[in-house]
Amino acid sequence: MIEILKDRKQQVREGGKAAGFDMVCDTASLAGSVSQRACVFCGSRVVLYPIADALHLVHGPVGCAAYTWDIRGALSSGPQLHRMSFSTDLREKDVIFGGEKKLYRVLTELIDTYHPKAAFVYSTCIVGVIGDDVEAVCRTVSREKGIDVIPVHSEGFRGTKKNGYQAACQALSRLVGTADTAGISKLSLNILGDFNIAGEIWQIKEYYRRMGIQVVSTITGDGRVDEIRRAHGASLNVVQCSGSMMALARMMQEKYGIPYLRVSYFGIEDMSKALYEVAEKLGDEAMLSRTRELVSQEVASIMPELREYRRKLEGARALVYTGGAFKVFSMVRSLRTLGIKTVVAGSQTGDKDDYRQLADLCDEDTVLLDDTNPLELAKYVQEKGVDLIIGGVKERPIAYKLGVGFCDHNHERKICLAGYSGMLNFAREVYTSVCSPVWSLMPRRRLHTGGEQT
Amino acid sequence: MTVSDYQTAPHEATRNACYLCAPLGASIAFSGIARCLPYLHGGQGCATYIRRYTISHFREPMDIASSSFGEEATVFGGKDNLFCGLKNVISQYQPDLIGIASTCLSETIGENVPALIEEFRQSVDLGETQLVFASTPSYAGSHLTGFHKAVLATAKALAVKKEEHGGINIMPGMISPADIRYIKRICQDLGISAALLPDYSDTLDGVSWPEYHCFPEGGTPVSVLKGMGGAKASIELCRFSDPQLSAASFLEKCHGLPAYRIGLPVGVRAADEFMDLLSGYAGRPLPEGYTRERGRLLDAYVDAHKYVFGRKALVYGDADFVMGIGRFLAEIGMVPVLCTADKGGNLAGQAEDLLAGVEKAVVLEGADFADIETLATELKPDIFIGSSKGYKLARLLGVPLVRLGFPVHDRLGGARLRCVGYAGTQELFDRIVNALLEHRQDESDIGYSYM
Ligand code: SF4
Ligand code: SF4
Repeated sequence: MIEILKDRKQQVREGGKAAGFDMVCDTASLAGSVSQRACVFCGSRVVLYPIADALHLVHGPVGCAAYTWDIRGALSSGPQLHRMSFSTDLREKDVIFGGEKKLYRVLTELIDTYHPKAAFVYSTCIVGVIGDDVEAVCRTVSREKGIDVIPVHSEGFRGTKKNGYQAACQALSRLVGTADTAGISKLSLNILGDFNIAGEIWQIKEYYRRMGIQVVSTITGDGRVDEIRRAHGASLNVVQCSGSMMALARMMQEKYGIPYLRVSYFGIEDMSKALYEVAEKLGDEAMLSRTRELVSQEVASIMPELREYRRKLEGARALVYTGGAFKVFSMVRSLRTLGIKTVVAGSQTGDKDDYRQLADLCDEDTVLLDDTNPLELAKYVQEKGVDLIIGGVKERPIAYKLGVGFCDHNHERKICLAGYSGMLNFAREVYTSVCSPVWSLMPRRRLHTGGEQT
Repeated sequence: MTVSDYQTAPHEATRNACYLCAPLGASIAFSGIARCLPYLHGGQGCATYIRRYTISHFREPMDIASSSFGEEATVFGGKDNLFCGLKNVISQYQPDLIGIASTCLSETIGENVPALIEEFRQSVDLGETQLVFASTPSYAGSHLTGFHKAVLATAKALAVKKEEHGGINIMPGMISPADIRYIKRICQDLGISAALLPDYSDTLDGVSWPEYHCFPEGGTPVSVLKGMGGAKASIELCRFSDPQLSAASFLEKCHGLPAYRIGLPVGVRAADEFMDLLSGYAGRPLPEGYTRERGRLLDAYVDAHKYVFGRKALVYGDADFVMGIGRFLAEIGMVPVLCTADKGGNLAGQAEDLLAGVEKAVVLEGADFADIETLATELKPDIFIGSSKGYKLARLLGVPLVRLGFPVHDRLGGARLRCVGYAGTQELFDRIVNALLEHRQDESDIGYSYM
């Protein structure tokens, strides 16, 4: 069986709370450990990507841009500019002589062709090394073209994906507060940290509408530049899951006095809690009762089918590994709703607090992993008799090679998993995988109910 | 014939690139060596993005290690990261070979990776583990460049002049695992022992596992690659890539083995050339099974000639792939109105003779999908042949897309798509004809069920 690398032992917690526990996390990936993590650029790109009427230009060689071309399921109700992959595609001579001139020409050309509302320019690793003054080029083009051209300091080596979130928030903070806030109601909020994967944000917006709340801007799912400019006019920031937008929420609190709430839209428990908390923060008795009605209606509409799935899934065992740590909490709860026990849990970017909370939430013997790799994941899938992996595309082959169900809960999925109907979709997804008859043919045959190996 | 050097309005930006970066190609090539772990010397992101991307096509585990450069490594050099990374990989994977490729980052800071590797070799006991290095900055080529560089680096590092063993070397280029399997079967049926560099027919299209292991089964063993110098000849199915990067030419120069650089064996003529070469080396005629495959293919050509004649196709992808397909299309009377491929090959130079007799073929190097859109709107092809990346445009223009090449990540079985040899051509031919028929059916109001 696979051994955990010596330098990673403190990033893995086996053996329960009794063992005493302080996870080592929030550090650079160990060289040679085949981390599932990407880089700073990835963090920035994920967050800013869904702003649909902005130009997203990746300044660097071709790969960084090519690998992020339209891979996210972030939908737009209007412009589709975010789904294009623009790159300066630096070549040898640019690397030697510097890429500023090319960046200038490329930016100008693209802005003239596509007429975006704003432009984001992502610096990748080699831009940081060759020392292009991206800031200056952006300023010049901004002046000439009359739109915001915002540099994103996302050189891949400058930390982890989390630093990329921060860089994205910094970029966003240059937009927020630049437009008039007239006509914004007191009962208003911004949605932060939802990326409108498979149209999720449309559903959340609908809930808020039914509660009587105005959504000023969505940052960044189905995002629009002009709305983000007005975001500082809202009364509340509601930050979903991953924590990717916490930096922006904090900054807006400091600068504009807007309070924030950290919520999750996944699973019945967390979704309902989010709506109640928002109602309490913003509304009155009337809004609270509207919210109660909404929640009970929505829950009632999905419960019968959900119970059916639970009956079939009861007793299955899951491994959850996601990018953000917050999402793991929701997953553990959602799986519990379905009668599934989480036996292994972890994330790419969790901090100490996250892991403490996760340890509290999970069972005593749940294995926790920070910034793990395929061999470790496979080891615990086998040791813990896992029937289901929840993760992203990179975790999928581990599941499938071993004949284990898999559910994609990453940015690439095409199925809406947030909100109440999302919970139902989630249950359906899990059911479709875990209860498929194909597993009974696999060399490593498992039964979804028992976990006994035959 | 008029292969014009068509140029769209010159532009600076790359919009929806048609090619990927060099370390991706290197990683795929390395994964065709038994118990070999690809390793990228650079930032963590490159390795992870490339893993994600290849997994989406092959739907197989694809472990790629990284030096995970942080700021310090970027400023002061990545030696510590490289050493630490290699040690970790050796202790966890116990590989036979680590295929190290550089990235833009490590190249730009001017790392002398070969020297570092040498130092590492001196400082630790490597046991059986071999290290091979390919320099693959992406700003000097595409994923195909990276692929060929890794193949060449492997041949250079491993092939020794040994006893002559009567086998041959085959460098198949970046074709599908299923195509590689077909080539292996021909060799087997002809009694030829072939060293394939690379052979990811099993490693990237494998079976289910009873338990997880560090490496998938398959790939050409290092011991076999070491014997490449003693082969009778080398055949490379890469005629358009940079001759400087040809492993066959290297083996010719260094070990005196005749090198055949032929095009992708798609279509009857090209497949004949390949089969004749192989049966010549085997000293025996092609087994009857193959001649019957050939006969059936010709029969199918006749059955469907009216459906395809004069129909216009747009082909995009890697140079060798694009020209191989282009030549095949010409053979069946279709017009490859637009062939576009990555930069760094020698496309335009050789297109002339390959597409002889074809009217109105435009051959374009280094185009992006925005260029292709401009040209396609003008040239009005009836069909697209290429990767999944052309889907949006094909949909916009309302023409069918026959998926082939890399990546195919919106359909199942990208790894099992064949186009090589008689059987592969047959599959491709049927797919093309049926796509055209289906399109015609869909377009018609009448709903013919008999075409
Ligand atoms: S930096 Fe270079 S090697 Fe890395 S992903 Fe970008 S293009 Fe590819
Ligand atoms: S080059 Fe840097 S920014 Fe681009 S993918 Fe690699 S680590 Fe990330």
